[in-house]
Amino acid sequence: MTASSPSSATGPGVDDAIGIARAVRAGERTARAVVDERLELIAERDPELHALLLVMGDEARAAADAIDARVAAGEDPGPLAGVPVVLKDNLCVRGVPTSAGSKILDGWRPPYTATVVDRIVDAGGIVLAKANLDEFAMGSSTENSAFGPTHNPHDPTRVAGGSSGGSAASVAAGFAPLALGSDTGGSIRQPASLCGVVGVKPTYGAVSRYGLIAFASSLDQIGPFAATVADAALLLDVIAGHDSLDSTSIASGVEPVTPHLGEGVDGLRIGIVQELTEVDGIQAEVRAAVAGAVEVLTAGGAIVETVSVPSTVYGLSAYYLIAPAEASSNLARYDGVRYGLRVDGEDVAEMNGRTRAAGFGPEVKRRIMLGTYALSAGYYDAYYGQAQRVRTLIIEDFRAAYERFDVLLSPTAPTTAFAIGAKASDPLAMYLSDICTIPTNLAGHAAMSVPFGVDAGGLPIGVQVLADALGEPTMFRVAQVLEDGAPAGSGGIAP
Amino acid sequence: MNDAVRYEPVIGLEVHCELATTTKLFCGCPNEFGSEPNTNVCPICLGLPGSLPVLNERVVEFALRFAHALQFDVPERSIFARKNYFYPDMPKDYQVSQYEHPILADGVIDVDGTVVRIERAHLEEDTGKTLHMGGGGRIHDAEYSLVDYNRAGVPLMEIVSRPDITSAEQARGYVSELRAVLAALGVSDVKMEEGSMRVDANVSVRLVGVEELGTKVEVKNMNSLRSLGRAIDHEIERQIAMCEAGERIAQETRHWDEDDGVTHGMRSKEGSSDYRYFPEPDLVPVAPTDAQRALARDSVPELPAAHRARLMGEWGITEADARVLLDVSGLPGYAEAAVLALGAGSAKDIVNWCTGDVLAHLNETGLSPEVLPLAPDGLAELVDLVADGTLSRGLAKDVLGEALREPKRPKQIVEERGLAQESDEGALATVLDEVLVANAEAVDAYRAGDDKKRKKTRGFLMGEAMKATRGSGNPQTLNRLLDERLGG
Amino acid sequence: MSDRISRADVEHVAALARLSLDDDELERLAGELGVILDHAEDVAALDLTGVEPTAHPLPLVNVLRADEVRPTLDRDEVLAAAPAVEDGRFRVPRILDAP
Repeated sequence: MTASSPSSATGPGVDDAIGIARAVRAGERTARAVVDERLELIAERDPELHALLLVMGDEARAAADAIDARVAAGEDPGPLAGVPVVLKDNLCVRGVPTSAGSKILDGWRPPYTATVVDRIVDAGGIVLAKANLDEFAMGSSTENSAFGPTHNPHDPTRVAGGSSGGSAASVAAGFAPLALGSDTGGSIRQPASLCGVVGVKPTYGAVSRYGLIAFASSLDQIGPFAATVADAALLLDVIAGHDSLDSTSIASGVEPVTPHLGEGVDGLRIGIVQELTEVDGIQAEVRAAVAGAVEVLTAGGAIVETVSVPSTVYGLSAYYLIAPAEASSNLARYDGVRYGLRVDGEDVAEMNGRTRAAGFGPEVKRRIMLGTYALSAGYYDAYYGQAQRVRTLIIEDFRAAYERFDVLLSPTAPTTAFAIGAKASDPLAMYLSDICTIPTNLAGHAAMSVPFGVDAGGLPIGVQVLADALGEPTMFRVAQVLEDGAPAGSGGIAP
Repeated sequence: MNDAVRYEPVIGLEVHCELATTTKLFCGCPNEFGSEPNTNVCPICLGLPGSLPVLNERVVEFALRFAHALQFDVPERSIFARKNYFYPDMPKDYQVSQYEHPILADGVIDVDGTVVRIERAHLEEDTGKTLHMGGGGRIHDAEYSLVDYNRAGVPLMEIVSRPDITSAEQARGYVSELRAVLAALGVSDVKMEEGSMRVDANVSVRLVGVEELGTKVEVKNMNSLRSLGRAIDHEIERQIAMCEAGERIAQETRHWDEDDGVTHGMRSKEGSSDYRYFPEPDLVPVAPTDAQRALARDSVPELPAAHRARLMGEWGITEADARVLLDVSGLPGYAEAAVLALGAGSAKDIVNWCTGDVLAHLNETGLSPEVLPLAPDGLAELVDLVADGTLSRGLAKDVLGEALREPKRPKQIVEERGLAQESDEGALATVLDEVLVANAEAVDAYRAGDDKKRKKTRGFLMGEAMKATRGSGNPQTLNRLLDERLGG
Repeated sequence: MSDRISRADVEHVAALARLSLDDDELERLAGELGVILDHAEDVAALDLTGVEPTAHPLPLVNVLRADEVRPTLDRDEVLAAAPAVEDGRFRVPRILDAP
């Protein structure tokens, strides 16, 4: 099967989510046929890419048949009718193995389902597969998966980014038009950028976290991947909204973004974030892509200026204290008592220690150690407490910027996809690939990556649109204009 | 010189009480004692990956009610924190508790005329229950352990006193008064024996006149008021003996052993007290609204001290009886309803039955007064039957025994069993005369005997007379008639 | 290589985190954590007197649920996930320490 490249300029494509749902609802195409095509492509291509940890072929075919039966009976299965969706494997689905990319959970079958998955299924979507990720979402290349790295569909010698690398690669390879990831410091946007797809990190609290295996609770947020901005909007509108099972879910809900997609950028004030654009080691082509994006937006009638958000330079350091601190606590429960791996010991403490030493990979251990240290007696104020104060500064600086600008702009990642293994031995170098995305998580705001051009080697480049809390409608307007104006060859399905 | 006079104990108490909610603190699992192991569990209280807590609104309501009762400050906002340590009875290997910002601060309680200050009260989740297998069920000798998470996530309120308590007796008084307040408010079952109320004591001693506090030792595992008193007394003695011997007291946690009557030090790992508290990111702050505060204020009932004073005045009962009555959840209301239904009987009699046979029955069956087959007006009926001479106290006891178990009114039981007391003088005189004739030897022996012999023989004759009336003879009347016949 | 964090510190932290690490791991982590903490020094060194810490990115308060029973899990399903069970309970090796 050759997937056609969807283009919003020509309306819904055959293989994008909007097109599939329209055709299935109209009875022009069966969900079963859609699922079978995608499964065939997966069987062909995933052995090379390793984007997926589990393909739910039987379940997906059965779900597709059920959708087709409903259409035949005159029912409307919903806005995602028959659309295959790939889930990052840190989202719980009842009875389906969910590993979080870790040996410590290998084989665990949750007895319950995440809220977002329920919403997708209720909207007629079909859960197709569980995608690879860095162990417990800790990483920027998916090389930290206990089950081996995911390869970039645009160049399999390179990483797909991370931690949601499997989800990004799945959409880029055409395994499914939609995927879900989670973003704690850039884990949706950075792999979206590296794989040439759209990736959205919604406002903290816009999407329920119930059923998302936690990495850092005050930063984690689930969001969509799609090949087009409109498809990403469709999925976001399905999964967003208040959930009484998540105390940090925004009670008022979130305004649907789809109705705003065509509103253009005329008159919008857009700020280029100086500190996130002039980062050390930024690839020249990435900088050029941002300049290109500015041209497109200016042509659309936007007023674009440079803005300083000074405290974002401390974002990376603050993040690498806060996220590991929360993670050290969130990951304590993997102790060999109730589920998952157990390595026996003479007494319970020894059993806990051996289980955790054997079950966690090096990056997870590193962050647990770092977080435990940052919270421990005598260091809390200097590290964790201080990082939380920096968080306040970042929020205040963004607030000042959003008084002058409707949205902000920056690169998504400093570079295009790097070679597998290139940064594996240098944690700090790896951490730096999230330098542009982290401040949004610390502030709890929204941001998304939109494909915009390629580098000399043909590797995708992403541009990041940042918005204030609940600023998704405006953010998507800008993203749509960028997609429409992007250089030929941006995004789409990898060859 | 007596050591106890030279040394002064300084005691602070940490009371954990389970709140009597329908569901757990952060999930909708039943908050229920005695279910099959691991049946009252869900992804949240099992700490399964991906689950999230949501606070039970009733817990906030209960805390606010407690705040009004003991004049606590309720801060504008309180937050939950994670207390991080590994233990197999804790599903997440951290406990969600409150640390720097508790829901209540600075309360006071009057304990027999002395004010004890309460530093704080905060909310937290309970742990699961562990069974230790092999080695006689003791933790350290066990071969392995089994964990049941039914209790995990049950809401607890921890009430921390200032070190204002100076004796084991006062400690017991404090807990007893706190228990009465919690019971009156309806926020906890406060059963120490079932573990719904647990008390840890921080004990230190210092020489009288010394300002500085001694090293404090935390004593745990007391499961009744009695063992609390014993454990504190033992710990005070142990510390005084060590001071006298010039030994240094270690800051540690000690386990009370009820059987041996001593405290044992507990092994703890290095650094285990480094709990790495930080704000719980999965929960948002609690900021009680004016409406919540007003609702709590309006739902505070009469408190035990005022209640005791009122009952002592209105009913003429002793403070001790008032305390026993108020110590049992639901019993004061039961007694008051019974008193309202009384005819000829007295409130004092109602209280006597309540704190005697009724309470014994409640303790034996574990029932609460609200569910007894004998409604309060049934108890009033019984007391009236005694007051009007229909029943003797002895018979009334039997009737009550049946009425507490069967859905039958006392009058019905009296009729069925033909128990009505015989008070008719003529009828009783006839029976008594027959008894005296049949026991002429005993009557002679009485007349010939000394005081001691007379007393014994008289008792025998009275017993025979009661037997002849099958227990229904009015004892006062029979006594008088017997005295007349034996010539005083 | 940074000497910000000693081998003894790393061992203490590993004990707090219940990780039975071998010598190589402890040694390597001492170096790696040092480098990361050196980088975090820009934050640790800031004078942020008077700045309130942010624990939650959103200013939500009083998110409460009604005190109503919700369905519990099936015990067999719960215990099926456990490494060791006995008598309807989770079985663990003996416990040496007080909580």
